[in-house]
Amino acid sequence: MTLETEYMPDADRIMSVSLGPQHPGAGHFRIKLWLDGDYVVRAEPDAGYVHRGEEKMGEYRNYTQNVPHLERPVILDSSNILLPYALGVDELMSNKIPARAQYLRVIMSETNRIISHMYFLAIQGLFLGHTTLITWCMGDRDFWIDFAERIAGARVTFAYIIPGGVRNDIPSFAIDKGLKLCDWFDKRMDEYEKIFFQNPMVHQRSDGIGVLSREDAIAYGATGTVARASGLAVDVRKDEPYSSYDDFEFKTPVMTQGDVYARSYVALLDMREAVKIIRQALKRLPPGPVRLKLGPQPRVPAGEVYSRTEGARGEMSYYIVSDGSPRPYRLKIGVPSAKNLRVLPVLLKNVHIADIPPIYWGLNYWPVEADR
Amino acid sequence: MSNVQAPTSPPPSKPTSVAPQVATTPQAPPAKLEPVRAKAFAAQITSAFPDVKVDWMKERRLKVSTTPARIEEVGIFVRGTLGFDHISTVSGVDWIARNELEVVYFLGSSTPGQEDFIVALSEHVARDNPVVPTMVDVWKGVEYHERETHEMFGINFQGHPNQSHLFLPEDWNDLPPLRKDYVSPGR
Repeated sequence: MTLETEYMPDADRIMSVSLGPQHPGAGHFRIKLWLDGDYVVRAEPDAGYVHRGEEKMGEYRNYTQNVPHLERPVILDSSNILLPYALGVDELMSNKIPARAQYLRVIMSETNRIISHMYFLAIQGLFLGHTTLITWCMGDRDFWIDFAERIAGARVTFAYIIPGGVRNDIPSFAIDKGLKLCDWFDKRMDEYEKIFFQNPMVHQRSDGIGVLSREDAIAYGATGTVARASGLAVDVRKDEPYSSYDDFEFKTPVMTQGDVYARSYVALLDMREAVKIIRQALKRLPPGPVRLKLGPQPRVPAGEVYSRTEGARGEMSYYIVSDGSPRPYRLKIGVPSAKNLRVLPVLLKNVHIADIPPIYWGLNYWPVEADR
Repeated sequence: MSNVQAPTSPPPSKPTSVAPQVATTPQAPPAKLEPVRAKAFAAQITSAFPDVKVDWMKERRLKVSTTPARIEEVGIFVRGTLGFDHISTVSGVDWIARNELEVVYFLGSSTPGQEDFIVALSEHVARDNPVVPTMVDVWKGVEYHERETHEMFGINFQGHPNQSHLFLPEDWNDLPPLRKDYVSPGR
């Protein structure tokens, strides 16, 4: 924490402090704070420390070359940022995706959701002073990374979901491993509930902290776990079922408290639904091809498309403008962290300094994703 | 007889068997659906504002374009009367051949029954003097999206509370980077 000895002219009591960008909890991100004693009077996020110009890069590369670099902003959730891109290009090219590829997209997307939420819960446990959860989550997360590695061959950035289907078929042994993992993980999540979510210390630390009302969630455009914890049942998987999501039975977990506890608990409920979906998809995986042959430089007709999916953190969307050339004319990436960023100054008002880390991390904010 | 047999027969489109050997027939290409809802929304907008142009309609998407002078009225109508109150994102497009910049607001809805629908509200402005009104008063959530569009495209949102750089460095003194005449270093 670096301290700026700058006082606001109208009130001697108010001190401005900047949290980050070197703070270990904040990541590549800074929050400008105005403090009155132990209370936060005003907060202003300062993003952009890891801005890489992904949208400009997208205009220099063709539709196939864009696949690997687009997932770099979200290495925790790398399949979910590629899925709307693939859906958008498929819609522009009128590709009919084979049923097996659609199921594999769902499996990979939900596996990534678990990998991302496990990381989220691990750090949330750390910020709430619960060191057991970080060791458990980080350890168990590796089993899901192993499962993803068996499907895609990589551990972090998979480049698995591509326009026209998925890159390769799932090996048959991975199906059994995945089903066993699902059964084991269901029991494991019961233990998470007991040690963390039913823990009175966690309740005292997170109940009623950083409350976001449903009206504010709508007005400020909150999405994903943040919106669902505030009683706003947004879930693109249910609203406009893409990639055969309507074949599976699952629920959209919604809580109404809108506090840090609800935002953490919604992540666990999300993982329970994700396990359900993975199990159904693995059991009913249809036979057939997994990708269309598009060639190294696919011809995309001129047009515009706005495609969106439900990523781990919320609504991932792409606005792709094609002028008929091999490269996109405009590639807008709408990421959930950037959509939820506006909520942060709303929540960081009249809270204690010690509550800043759980509120900040409860938004499931990932600076690299927001900056692009 | 038919109502006795109906519950026992599985739904044809979903693979119900556990074994993956059952060959599912490749799904027939969906019939060209008429964008009924998009047409209804478009009719409502154009009856209230006859000069609004409908750009394209899809099953769950509608894009309308208007002028910077009218966009605030149209926005209030789209939010209030049609119920599109949840901002999804805001994008700019640089149409350098036509010497125009475009701002597109993608609007979702929390109204039951139309959560799947997105209205894209767009406005075109001359590239030499890109000044448009801010929509922060209509949708509070557009504040940071407009800030990003301002720094990336050089569009000036009049009435915006804070247009300082969000993602770019504070001392950036080149062209706005997402304009087409800005060339990335090394290209």
